[in-house]
Amino acid sequence: MMEFDSVLMSRLLTTLTLGFHIIFATIGVGIPLMISIAEFIGIKKNDPHYTLLARRWARGFVITVAVGVVTGTAIGLQLSLLWPSFMQLAGNIISLPLFLETFAFFFEAIFLGIYLYTWDRFKKPIYHWLLSLPVVIGAGMSAFFITTVNSFMNTPQGFQLEGDKFTNVDPIAAMFNPATPSKVFHVLTSSYLTSAAILAAITAFIILKKKSTDYHKKALKLTLTITFIFAILTAVAGDLSAKFLAKEQPEKLAAAEWHFETEEGADLILYGTLDENNEIHNEIRLPNALSFLAFNDFQSEVIGLDQIPDDETPPLWIHYMFDLMVTLGMYALFVSSMFLLFSKMKRWNEHNKWLLWLVVINGPAAMLATEFGWVFAEVGRQPWVLRGFMKVTDGATTSPHVDWIFFLFLLLYILLGVICVTVLRKLFKNNPVEVELEHRYPDWKERGGQS
Amino acid sequence: MSYEIIGISVLWLFLYGYLIIASIDFGAGFFAYYAKRTKQDHIINKLISRYLSPVWEVTNVFFVFFFVGLVGFFPDTAYYFGQTLLVPGSIAIILLAIRGSFYAFENYGSKQSNVYMFLYGATGLFIPAALSTALTISEGGFIEETADGVHLLTGELLTSPYSWSVVFLAIVSVLYISSAFLAFYANRANDLPARDLVRKYMLFWSSPTIIASLTTFIFMSQHNERHFEKMLDLWWMFGLSVAFFLAALYLVYQKKQFGLAFIFVMLQFFFAFFGYGASHLPYLIEPFVTIQSGVTNDTMGLALVISFILGLLLLIPSLILLMRLFLFDADYVKGKK
Repeated sequence: MMEFDSVLMSRLLTTLTLGFHIIFATIGVGIPLMISIAEFIGIKKNDPHYTLLARRWARGFVITVAVGVVTGTAIGLQLSLLWPSFMQLAGNIISLPLFLETFAFFFEAIFLGIYLYTWDRFKKPIYHWLLSLPVVIGAGMSAFFITTVNSFMNTPQGFQLEGDKFTNVDPIAAMFNPATPSKVFHVLTSSYLTSAAILAAITAFIILKKKSTDYHKKALKLTLTITFIFAILTAVAGDLSAKFLAKEQPEKLAAAEWHFETEEGADLILYGTLDENNEIHNEIRLPNALSFLAFNDFQSEVIGLDQIPDDETPPLWIHYMFDLMVTLGMYALFVSSMFLLFSKMKRWNEHNKWLLWLVVINGPAAMLATEFGWVFAEVGRQPWVLRGFMKVTDGATTSPHVDWIFFLFLLLYILLGVICVTVLRKLFKNNPVEVELEHRYPDWKERGGQS
Repeated sequence: MSYEIIGISVLWLFLYGYLIIASIDFGAGFFAYYAKRTKQDHIINKLISRYLSPVWEVTNVFFVFFFVGLVGFFPDTAYYFGQTLLVPGSIAIILLAIRGSFYAFENYGSKQSNVYMFLYGATGLFIPAALSTALTISEGGFIEETADGVHLLTGELLTSPYSWSVVFLAIVSVLYISSAFLAFYANRANDLPARDLVRKYMLFWSSPTIIASLTTFIFMSQHNERHFEKMLDLWWMFGLSVAFFLAALYLVYQKKQFGLAFIFVMLQFFFAFFGYGASHLPYLIEPFVTIQSGVTNDTMGLALVISFILGLLLLIPSLILLMRLFLFDADYVKGKK
């Protein structure tokens, strides 16, 4: 019984830490790209609005980086502290990407430090922009390496198991396992999408609550254009992920779609409820759509849960996680395309109140979609920690202290979250755009710019 | 050379690097708070924040490198350390998290607040104390392996004089290393009032450092005789360490060559740290894991070594760029940029 408790508590604590960390990891991957794009446009168009945008985003970004770094350190250590048996085994093969991830992050951290402190130290502004590239690349590489580890847990390969030891280890094959391409693609595009959506939401909120200046309008247009592009790419990545699951990890797809019987021409179930006999009620049913989602062919056969042993079936509630993720992803695509459509039409006002509120909602919604997608990915792997080789219950610590440590970390994350938001609000409240624009580019107005 | 030797050397080097730069950072936090309490903050706090601002993340990454590398080269340590260090490890994570994020909150965000300053100063002393537990339990005698797994003998750990002497040594070393570096940095910035203040700190903390080192030696002889005997075999390394200690002290006392003095302090800890590490071998965690029994497979060892070399090729130029822009750019150090 005690062992069961420490397994459950270890899972809860890992969920807590990662659930909090991925908020900051997601914007940590995405925002550098936004900053880089804004600075580049600012230089090309010689428009200080964009440069100031990059500057102010960067200033807020660094605060979230700090929380990302410390929670990342926490999860790095917790892997060993909470899952010692898993790390003893898997450490033989996943330590390469973990090690490389640290390098990528180190690289990013160094250049972020330089980037932040050298805004006015170069004669040509383009040199300063060049410094943003290693930050963008480092952030992307970090995401790539860490995602290969998660992919490996889903579709492990590149070793043989002899007794309780790995032999014939091939770390490269392990990194480039079947799950890697679609997962990396999905993680990157959704991080860019979420980051752009959050920046757009903040901008829309300011326009609604305070004022609508050129600066804010440019920011909104830019962020929603990027949201739109990455919403499409994320949808493509999601489609590739579904096709990967159908082929390599059918139990995850079947559980997510409540697909009980293996059949051709399988229907796609949206939402709905299950009764005690696993009968589906209240659902929206799209005929043959699951087959199409899985194999691009409405008549193809999709493996159902009838082919999966009961003790290897993931929990069925991940169906809702999947549906919510997809719904919110579609919402991001809808909102951003509406905005772009409205701004193309001369007679329509893209800054009307209703549309702006939809944009505001889209920020937290995109982050929620990231969280739902992550829960789906992790819980959908249950009961395995290393699919086919080690179950979660065999990987956890046997220490009885995890319960009170869980509450200690809960307190820590509440504290960090609250202070982070407070500090960010103060940071921008005490230094309004107009004042900073006036202060940094005093002669710009005379040259014909407006503010 | 075999992978276990390469692996442990690289890791030990990283840990040494962390020991130096984290000590500078931890100690600086304490001094900043202390100076504020004694109303001397106008003298040194600007200097401290000019140094810390661009480098604080780098410190943390050194630590991450060490533990990721340790699990990579010696996965068995993940099991033994993971099972036993849950409590001290979690406390260290929480302190590191508070320290790192609050530093950024204060520095990039709002104005100075006394609570932040206090937390920044206090965590700087508690973190080394918590982290030193890992080295203490690696000496053996604090871990028990039974049928249902591995456990930490908390009572033994908390009542062991050796364990407390290590904690004491960790804390005073932090203050000593940090003040030695800040004296050099202030001197470089030509900030004489600040230099004279931190120079006093350095001289003050030098005697506890050497006393704590000797006490740890003595308690080691009682706690782990094997290790102590092997340390005596490497007496020359500890002798060199003491020699560099005296040389650094002489230079700082004479107000000469602060840069060289700090290099001597680094060498003092280099020889002590590597003397301790070399005599610790072959055990990583006595008596459960040796470097031979705990090492990963050859392919992984090779992959880690290659990626390590490639990573260094990428990082060293970047680090040099960072240092040239902030640490050794005379104008920046003086506050003109």
